[in-house]
Amino acid sequence: MSSSTSSLESRHRQLGLTDDEYARILDRLGRTPGDVELAMLSLMWSEHCGYKHSKRLLRRLPTEGPHLLLGPGENAGAVDVGGGLAVAFKVESHNHPSAVEPFQGAATGVGGILRDVFAVGARPIAVLDSLRFGEPSESARSRYLLERAVAGIGFYGNSIGVPTVGGEIYFESSYEANCLVNAMCLGLAPHERLIRSAAAGAGNVVVLLGALTGRDGIGGASVLASAELGDGDEAKRPSVQIGDPFTEKKLLECCLELLDRGLLVSLQDLGAAGLTSAVSEMAARGGVGITLDLCQIPLREPDMEPFEIMVSESQERMLCVARPECVGELLAVCEHWEVLATTIGCVTEGDSLSVLHRGSAVAEVPVSVLVDDCPLYDLEPSPAPSDLYDAPIAVLSGSEPPAEILLALLRSPNLASRRPVFEQYDPIVQSRTVRRPDEADAAVLMLPDGSAIAVSIDGNGRRVACDPRRGAAEAVYECAANLACVGAEPLGLTNCLNFGNPEKPHVAWQLVEAVEGLAEACESLGVPVVGGNVSLYNEAPSGPIFPTPVVGMVGKLPHASAAGRLGFARDGDAIALVGPFSPSLVGSELSKLRGEAPVGELPDADPRAIRVVHEAVRARIRAGSFRSAHDVAEGGVGCALAECCVAGGLGASVRLPRGIDAFAEAPGRAFIVSGPREALAG
Amino acid sequence: MKFGIVRFPGSCDDIDALQAATRVGEAVLLWHGDHDLQGVDAVIVPGGFSYGDYLRAGAIARFAPVMAQVEEFAREGGLVLGICNGFQVLSEAHLLPGALLPNVSLKFVFRQVELEVVRGGTPFTGASVSGARLSIPVKHTTGRFYAPEPDLDRLEAAGQVLLRYAPGHNPNGSLRDIAGVCNEAGNVFGLMPHPEHAVDPLSGSADGLTIFESMRAHVEQHVLA
Repeated sequence: MSSSTSSLESRHRQLGLTDDEYARILDRLGRTPGDVELAMLSLMWSEHCGYKHSKRLLRRLPTEGPHLLLGPGENAGAVDVGGGLAVAFKVESHNHPSAVEPFQGAATGVGGILRDVFAVGARPIAVLDSLRFGEPSESARSRYLLERAVAGIGFYGNSIGVPTVGGEIYFESSYEANCLVNAMCLGLAPHERLIRSAAAGAGNVVVLLGALTGRDGIGGASVLASAELGDGDEAKRPSVQIGDPFTEKKLLECCLELLDRGLLVSLQDLGAAGLTSAVSEMAARGGVGITLDLCQIPLREPDMEPFEIMVSESQERMLCVARPECVGELLAVCEHWEVLATTIGCVTEGDSLSVLHRGSAVAEVPVSVLVDDCPLYDLEPSPAPSDLYDAPIAVLSGSEPPAEILLALLRSPNLASRRPVFEQYDPIVQSRTVRRPDEADAAVLMLPDGSAIAVSIDGNGRRVACDPRRGAAEAVYECAANLACVGAEPLGLTNCLNFGNPEKPHVAWQLVEAVEGLAEACESLGVPVVGGNVSLYNEAPSGPIFPTPVVGMVGKLPHASAAGRLGFARDGDAIALVGPFSPSLVGSELSKLRGEAPVGELPDADPRAIRVVHEAVRARIRAGSFRSAHDVAEGGVGCALAECCVAGGLGASVRLPRGIDAFAEAPGRAFIVSGPREALAG
Repeated sequence: MKFGIVRFPGSCDDIDALQAATRVGEAVLLWHGDHDLQGVDAVIVPGGFSYGDYLRAGAIARFAPVMAQVEEFAREGGLVLGICNGFQVLSEAHLLPGALLPNVSLKFVFRQVELEVVRGGTPFTGASVSGARLSIPVKHTTGRFYAPEPDLDRLEAAGQVLLRYAPGHNPNGSLRDIAGVCNEAGNVFGLMPHPEHAVDPLSGSADGLTIFESMRAHVEQHVLA
């Protein structure tokens, strides 16, 4: 072996590949990979692109449903919402970039999820965000991360003209080192504009759209740069990408016009692993090969190495395939929108991803090796120890009078008003928003025919830490309950699984249990998973984050004008607590304020009874017989009532049912509803 | 009655303005690179962003090719409405007095605010009356109206302040709670709140319609008559 070969072998470890994985590469290729090839394979076989530790598990999630148009595997899933329209949606994490540089990390998280949605031909119409930080009272860093992440989300969403309509924020010390920034986007498209990413048609051209390709966001490969290819300084550049919503706005309008004119065969966004991932996925899904000429790619810096071009994560870029006869019109549309468009390659017969640079091939890898041969690992779960997470600092003794407890809960970081945050987001641009933040449990967006869609995002890591299976199921029930409160029926959901290191048995156990809980809840409600994202290795030396499956659910209601509100509406209305509700203090906000660690079994859920009450609330909101509905979640009935009062500007006098602790929790199962006495009697 | 809504690259409340104007008349989009106003009877420079606004808000858009035509249209007495970013653009173009500075909070603010009609009966407030209250949302980072004190006195004396934030509703620190001002001739009007987002009770309020209805009535009575 030559010396360059042996140094390459040690390089695979620096790129995150194990010795076994490298042996597998040698076996599949039948030769030693070149620099560019190894960089590409290391990314495609990473957890982020290859889902090595989660792919088998994710097969457990139900993905079939009557309204499904695009399922997992596309850039975003999509469901039919009637009237010839589809809603595409997906949630994705941008956790680690946001921990390094919260403003740009969160901004590009939004930019990335928007591209996923318009990559399937849908116009982004709403963004929601699910955020987790350390305790604000204990950590200046967490306050900084919160402030800058929120500013970054607002910067991108507000500037590009997509409303931020909802979200959630939790503060727990387990997120101190690993904050979570998950962004969800919904898009709207006529059925016929939905497009897949599969490349097709040998001889068709591959066109790169949008921003210049630079050295930003060269992830795992930055290690390669520092190790062998020289120039250590460049490897030290910040690996977080910089967002440019103005460029993305033009790119978005341009792509939608290209699709409306029928000029594209397929479309794909460039996200993690840049061109490498985009080209591999397009070729793999289409069962074709692709040849790229790197010399054609417009670069921000002229001396970029081929591997850098292939793995660059420069933002605001899309890749499309078009028939040669359409390229003239395609370029004219791009010129109108002032979007850079460059033919960089072509579709070929066969299975080879070929990368040319200055006339010679720098990579020639079977697409199947890049995409299909990534090893999949079985998890080795073992139940988490009960002392995995530290007990929080107690702020209540537990013997305070109820009024004092209520006020302590309402001012606690997890329950306090989110107004200072959502006032930094534009929730109304595009003129569809019928229910804004604080008006209802779910955001409601009007469709052209007067019907509406509703969307909510939920996930309480503290409860999942207690009891991963039931906690994860609760996230699904709570999302569905939020939809019921506005009168919407669930059509599909997306999820982002934020967990620690899956190679550790207790994290593997959290993951397996949580996926089982999600699957059971989805099956019982009949809601398919249309796609999602997995973010693993959210760990610090002090331990993993709370297991945090975040669920985003989309539903439909027939009349936007009948959308429910959470606030009490009229003086004299009756108030009722409805639903199969046997709450407990395990995993509750009150238990946290009392300094109790997240351990214990959560209350059992009766899926059939939950479905029945969701249907009942939905029907009565639609009929107008309930004038308000709010699901009982963190802080129990006491806090739910307070929220209904604050939102409605009215007081309430109630007597709790016997045996129900005012602050005990069992999310997704029960509702506070109000209306005329006779309407509530049934 | 035909409204023209200017569309810059990066505009994002352009379609919203188009839809709002369509409720009271016809409306077309005017592309930033064109030199033709397509015979419209009134121009709306919409909210959102123009050219990214990475420089000072509105600073680039005022040099857009279409703005030369808008300025000429304004000089000839045509009605020009600037909403939010449009207000910033018109103020950069010196079609409106004063300047818009970053909010006192230095943050973007979205809020449904109450406005007071300071002066009814103008081309932009004719469908309303002095003292009326309007509920209209604001959403901006750079909306703090500023002018030197003597200029403010002059603006108020000349009746150029058409809208004020109601007491307690000033979201950005605008001097004298000014939410919207017009030029001396009264045919160019800019406001930070978004009337195009208050045209349907379903989405919160229909109070913003009064601005569009006023413009239509003025054009029909004074231009098309």
